[in-house]
Amino acid sequence: MKRFIGFVKKEFYHIFRDKRSLFILFGMPIAQILLFGFAITNEINNVDIAILDHSKDATTKEIINKISASHYFSINQIIEKESDIEPIFKKGKVKAVLSFEKDFSKKLITQNHSNIQVITDATDPNTANTISNYVNAILQIYLKEQNKNHTSAYQIIAQTRMVYNPELKSVYMFVPGVMTMILMLVSAMMTSISITREKELGTMEILLVSPIKPFQVVIGKVFPYIFLSIINAITIILLSLFIFKMPIQGSLFLLGLESVLFIITSLALGILISTISATQQTAMMISLMGLMLPVILLSGFIFPITSMPVPMQIISNIIPAKWFIIIIKGIMLKGVGLQFIWKETLILLIMTTFFIGLSIKKYKIRLE
Amino acid sequence: MFGDFIAVNAINFEVKKGEIFGFLGANGAGKTTAIKMLIGISHPTSGNATIAGFDIYKNTEDIKKNIGYMSQKFALYDDLTVRENITFFGGIYGLSRKRIKEKSTTLIKELGLEDVSKNLVGSLPLGWKQKIAFSVALLHDPKIVFLDEPTGGVDPITRRQFWEMIYKAAHQGTTIFVTTHYMDEAEYCDRVSIMVNGKIEALNTPKKLKSQFNVESMNDVFLNLARG
Amino acid sequence: MGLKVNNISKSFKKVNALEQVTFHIKPGELFGLIGPDGAGKTTLFRILTTLLIADKGSATVAGYDVLKDYKSIRNNVGYMPGKFSLYQDLTIEENLTFFATIFGTTIEENYNLIEDIYVQIEPFKNRRAGKLSGGMKQKLALCCALIHKPKVLFLDEPTTGVDPVSRKEFWDMLKRLQTKGITMLVSTPYMDEAALCDRIALIQEGKILEIDTPKSIVKHYPKPIYNVTANNTYKVITSLNMYPFNHSVYPFGEHVHYTDKRDSFNIKELHNYLEQNGLKNITIQKTKATIEDTFMELAR
Repeated sequence: MKRFIGFVKKEFYHIFRDKRSLFILFGMPIAQILLFGFAITNEINNVDIAILDHSKDATTKEIINKISASHYFSINQIIEKESDIEPIFKKGKVKAVLSFEKDFSKKLITQNHSNIQVITDATDPNTANTISNYVNAILQIYLKEQNKNHTSAYQIIAQTRMVYNPELKSVYMFVPGVMTMILMLVSAMMTSISITREKELGTMEILLVSPIKPFQVVIGKVFPYIFLSIINAITIILLSLFIFKMPIQGSLFLLGLESVLFIITSLALGILISTISATQQTAMMISLMGLMLPVILLSGFIFPITSMPVPMQIISNIIPAKWFIIIIKGIMLKGVGLQFIWKETLILLIMTTFFIGLSIKKYKIRLE
Repeated sequence: MFGDFIAVNAINFEVKKGEIFGFLGANGAGKTTAIKMLIGISHPTSGNATIAGFDIYKNTEDIKKNIGYMSQKFALYDDLTVRENITFFGGIYGLSRKRIKEKSTTLIKELGLEDVSKNLVGSLPLGWKQKIAFSVALLHDPKIVFLDEPTGGVDPITRRQFWEMIYKAAHQGTTIFVTTHYMDEAEYCDRVSIMVNGKIEALNTPKKLKSQFNVESMNDVFLNLARG
Repeated sequence: MGLKVNNISKSFKKVNALEQVTFHIKPGELFGLIGPDGAGKTTLFRILTTLLIADKGSATVAGYDVLKDYKSIRNNVGYMPGKFSLYQDLTIEENLTFFATIFGTTIEENYNLIEDIYVQIEPFKNRRAGKLSGGMKQKLALCCALIHKPKVLFLDEPTTGVDPVSRKEFWDMLKRLQTKGITMLVSTPYMDEAALCDRIALIQEGKILEIDTPKSIVKHYPKPIYNVTANNTYKVITSLNMYPFNHSVYPFGEHVHYTDKRDSFNIKELHNYLEQNGLKNITIQKTKATIEDTFMELAR
């Protein structure tokens, strides 16, 4: 045990003396969260929209006036037919088109409800989502005013149709994504680099020719990074709670447990990488190409998995990050309990066991 | 100036044409700094020097054309074949294609490398690499060749073949400038200078230095000097 | 105790790194492994320190088998690899404490063993290892290899790249350690360091050429050697190479070492020959064979 503590102490010396890496280690999560957070604003201002009015009656005019009076929207142009919608989106002139159905007023009076279609350009999904919310809000205010004067309640139904990116991502989606990425990076890349550094320096030779046991070396290497990863996870959660007021719906305790599980998965991957690479450079390359890119591209962090080609969807299943993103998305955004995410948790557990088993099998007690 | 100490203090020496000059000193004595100034990639704080008649401030490009350089750390590309290395370095020094072809054929023949000319340099023994590297450094017929610890760790027989090559080049008029902290390499030089803490403490033929300190080897000369 | 190596062979891909290597080291002996880079010295060290497994043959270190008892060997040997292998970002003291801890001991416990080496670097104990001079690094590495009081100490090219002053100090330290009963295997490419060992093995291309004491090994040299000098060393070499009776011609510093094929060699005759080749100030003197002469003769 004394040996182990001595080893861990040495690891902390390494970590705290490498000021540059330390800065990256703790600065990166903060920078990423702030970057993603502020890049995705949910405020809109003077967004250009187009109007397609099929009825051109008093009610539609009133609504249009209401909308153009708000500082949220400015009406860029009035179009006459459905076929004009596509070209103006393609030109990128407007972010949304409001389409009033035929006989808008008449239907409202005779049937008590009529429809507005809000067609949004969802290549910028967050803006698209916000636009449809704002249009809805304006309509609700209008209806409240109208309904004061009438005995029966009118209803205007705003149907939202998104073009180009039908699977809308949540505004808060970036938090689970960044968290996954940071944990993966810190746990897997840092451990693999720190083990290969010993090989490169030649100190691994001395460690091997000493009574310290291989598993003590591995656990000793991994231990400080568990600690650092947990600090990072807490930082990310605190930032999203207090700066972005992101609601965490589910149990914090479950979130913590699942995060620790994912940290261990990543560490196991890191050890595995270090057993197959001889230099820090190789370890770094494998971590970047083999872990970071799949996390960014295939985990559903940035690109929705359902809109990927089928082969990619299949490949995405072997990426631990995909399952972790589903888990924390569930806990953070939907507030689900273990009964809804036990399948994903089990998959992560099996993967982790597999990676640990493989690293132990591959770990060398000699040089070749 | 490097930080708070002067790596190379006022040093004065002259090397004759065709001479094998040994430039000795412990690690960190200022050898590398002095060499960098001489080959024109670093400027002295004060003083002046000429290499093959060229001023180290004004004519750095001429200097580069007229010197060869070989070090133990970097000499050739391990992932190119013998012939590819020769062609590459010949090209760098602006030799014509025809001349490169002639040169590489004679060089490979002289070194007895006909069988391995298409092998990767990385697969050859250290001693062979060093011999090829030296020949490559001579490819453009430089007036001066700088050798940095050329034969450290090389087996004794190959090392002697290497020194025969150096003698031959010097005999043909090339000036050889050897930096090393291996004192046995110093024994082969016509004259040696010994640098201690950025100053040249001795400059003479190995024979005279040995008799001056009344010792058997250059190693002992060095020990005497370094202890002050 | 001591060390026994029997018929060890090892190859990497097609290259034979070691072929049928056999030698025994007595307890308390300072044994030198002398050979150039690529001779197989490091491979042999790695086999003996249980880092590699030999293809053939067997070896015991301090009585333990390198294969079966590798754990016991790892408890009982000190190893200083060829490359400086300490943590550059840890201080002298932290490095030493770390190695003491992983060997389950403390600096105090075996301080007497390292004392005379450690006092030389102690003034800098809070300096990071990466900022030390070559000689100081080497002293620290030796302290770290000794901290658990090993029975056998392996030193792989400890003096390569170190200046002559530090080299001399280092060998003095090894001599003092020897009086404390530690068996030592040292490798070096420097022939002049061979004389400082009790016994040496000359090794080239994975084969042991000869094993003996430094004094006796030169007696194996079969021929008288002559020191030849003249006004132009290059011409001396080329002339001697053309001389039909030469057995070997090797430049040796300012001299050229010459041996003759014939049993009855006449100095005068060679003198005349060199004069005919236009050389002046010719001296030809009989000299004693060095370890390097012996090495070259055996390696031919």
